[in-house]
Amino acid sequence: MSKIKEVRPEKVAEILESFEHRVDSLIMILQDIQEEYRYLPEDALRIVADDLDLPLSQLYEVATFYRSFSLEPRGTHEVKVCLGTACHLRGGPMILENFERVLGVKAGQTTPDLDFTLETVNCVGACALAPLVLVDSDYHGETRPSKVKDILGKYSQK
Amino acid sequence: MSVETNIRFQSPPELSAFRDRLSSERRDDINRITICAGTGCVAKGSIRVFEKFTEAIESRQLDATVELKISGCHGFCENGPLVVMKPAGILYMEVRERDVDDIVEKTVTTGEIIERLLYKDPVSGERARNEDEIPFYKKQMRVVLRNIGKIDPNNIDDYIAVGGYSSLAKVLSGLQPEEVISMIERSGLRGRGGGGFPTGRKWRSCRNAPGDIHYVVCNGDEGDPGAFMDRSLMEGDPHSILEGMIIGAYAIGAEDGFVYVRMEYPLAIERLLNAIRDAEVYGLLGGNILGSGFDFRIRINRGGGAFVCGESTALMASLEGRAGEPRAKYIHTVEKGLWDKPTNLNNVETWANVPPIIERGPEWFSSLGTDGSKGTKVFSLVGKVKNTGLVEVPMGITLREILFDIGGGVKGTKKFKAVQTGGPSGGCLVVDVEEKGKKGAFNLIDLPVDFDRLTEVGSMMGSGGMIVMDEDDCMVDVAKYFLSFLKEESCGKCVPCREGIRHMLTILDRITNGEGSAEDLQLLEELAETIAEASLCALGTQAPNPILSTLNYFRSEYEAHIFEGKCPAGVCKQLVTYSISADNCTGCTLCAKNCPAGCISGEPKELHTLDSSTCIKCGICYDVCNFDAVIRR
Ligand SMILES: Cc1cc2nc3c(=O)[nH]c(=O)nc-3n(C[C@H](O)[C@H](O)[C@H](O)COP(=O)(O)O)c2cc1C
Ligand code: FES
Repeated sequence: MSKIKEVRPEKVAEILESFEHRVDSLIMILQDIQEEYRYLPEDALRIVADDLDLPLSQLYEVATFYRSFSLEPRGTHEVKVCLGTACHLRGGPMILENFERVLGVKAGQTTPDLDFTLETVNCVGACALAPLVLVDSDYHGETRPSKVKDILGKYSQK
Repeated sequence: MSVETNIRFQSPPELSAFRDRLSSERRDDINRITICAGTGCVAKGSIRVFEKFTEAIESRQLDATVELKISGCHGFCENGPLVVMKPAGILYMEVRERDVDDIVEKTVTTGEIIERLLYKDPVSGERARNEDEIPFYKKQMRVVLRNIGKIDPNNIDDYIAVGGYSSLAKVLSGLQPEEVISMIERSGLRGRGGGGFPTGRKWRSCRNAPGDIHYVVCNGDEGDPGAFMDRSLMEGDPHSILEGMIIGAYAIGAEDGFVYVRMEYPLAIERLLNAIRDAEVYGLLGGNILGSGFDFRIRINRGGGAFVCGESTALMASLEGRAGEPRAKYIHTVEKGLWDKPTNLNNVETWANVPPIIERGPEWFSSLGTDGSKGTKVFSLVGKVKNTGLVEVPMGITLREILFDIGGGVKGTKKFKAVQTGGPSGGCLVVDVEEKGKKGAFNLIDLPVDFDRLTEVGSMMGSGGMIVMDEDDCMVDVAKYFLSFLKEESCGKCVPCREGIRHMLTILDRITNGEGSAEDLQLLEELAETIAEASLCALGTQAPNPILSTLNYFRSEYEAHIFEGKCPAGVCKQLVTYSISADNCTGCTLCAKNCPAGCISGEPKELHTLDSSTCIKCGICYDVCNFDAVIRR
């Protein structure tokens, strides 16, 4: 089964409708498209540009400016290592290096099998649990270098 | 929790009659169990604890006498999940699913208190039954956080019952917009988003700016990494923010408002959306609010994950669906903001201060705090401190009171070293508890904390992040951390910020790799001056702060990296090596088994050795060793 979904114009139209086709909701429209396809497919961007009567270049400007967007397909699971100040002080960078080593990709990249995308995030507001790793929407608090493999194990091939 | 959809208040008296009804219907004879559902507690499993309570109560058929509620973040995240038992007011900490049956059987049924779940004083070992007895809460003064932990943020009736929307009712019952602005001016309230600009003055300029359409915006972008006061407010008491905005919109003459929330806060977005929906049903938002003829609507916008979007002009560009780049300051947003209309932007905490000021009067508010900084401030206390959490204190309280009396001192056995305030563009201040040889400017432990004092010593208030560091933290690494954060987040529009920060970072990299030279320090200072002078927005002009403050207070650490090739705190990766201590190693083999590089060897029960030439410094051996036998230096 292909891990990349095909763009259905009706789906994009539905997302646009849910924001009443408002330009001031552009970022949220793109976020929902990204949520659906795990990236921003060009076909979807063209539909949005036509619908909101915006130049395609403006959409690309927005898509490349904000860190929440990706123009390439992302992995099934998103691993976000917190590098906020509290997590930095309690060893966040070392946690990140261990994820990079085990997954064989750098922060910002996706594994070739499209299972994992590795990202960093600047504080998710749960600093009491530093250092923190977010996988999809699960929080893994007080992470240690030796726990990295186990955490990933929970999500492999699921 | 759903609202009574047949209710729509047509006037302020109808609202207060409803409040009276709520209080007369409120039963004091039942048990109320409140479970914290802030991000910290949720991450520690509070939702599962809530579900377990639901089961436990249903299975014992206690539904009629026990009410289960959720609340926002109490601030004491270190000890979550937190559970409060009313009417006795008992506070249980670190409650797990396995504790639930015990609580229901003992505390709920017989009133027996479960000692092991109570707060234990780390010094005296004494247990405390409720919040008021715990030092973490005792010195706090909760104005902005007054409702958090006490009400269910998803229940508008809870907010109304504790007096919510009565300030709005007061305003709409006969105060003129001018009078409202004058009250805010007299209160002395200054913006809590970082700049400390007088809020009343901002409102007045926006009201006076020509044009039919005005906007009000709430800045919930909270970009400071390691701070979460705005998150807690949006999650824990969303209606107080809405009420502040509605009052502000009335005073300024706006019909539309926006809340811009960073996308890392999904729970805050959800709670705000619920709050807006419920307030609209009750006629507290939307058309003809409380029958006054005043119309006002609020929309929520999710941010895209860019720090610079917290800056006012970048935020507005982002709201308009563009890349979030700031513009030059000579065009004021109060005159030309969102879509070039007069726009008043305030921070989440600023808005939440408005209802109490209207309710209790500007004179009450200005009696709190110091000459230049009135009221209270919420700080997010994190890092190497015992009690990580949110604390609200009157302006002017000393660092010592915050760090020790409330924060409980340093976590672990190490010594305090510094406290960083003001977010990525703030500064690091020396705090030396034992005061050996460090006096005056070099020991700021007794510094009163307010806008002006913090700026005087080279840091700033910022939005309220307070990060505690101990001996294990390298100040050069900390400066490098903030700078690389700012490099990533610089929007790239102006050259001094884009290129200058990058160059400062190159120099810091050199120093932390042990390749620095004496000229590097001078070069850093020169670059800092230029960047501060020439950048377009405050991201750039304040970017040198982390370097300047650490150079000022911790110069010897830079020098150790440069002249001795050492990182005294043992942090900078290029300068540390791992080894195994012959004294402590028991030959348990754990490190060798876990080492991904295969650089540790040794027979069971015999001393192990580590080959530093193949060591990748992943830290796993240090982490798994149970005998403190791995040395990182
Ligand atoms: C780079 C940068 C980031 C900022 N981030 C935030 C933020 O996350 N939240 C915030 O309220 N203000 C932030 N500010 C300050 C805002 O520009 C603005 O001054 C503030 O929101 C105004 O509200 P106040 O007067 O209530 O403080 C930031 C400023 C700069 C220069
Ligand atoms: S710094 Fe990681 S959660 Fe706040």
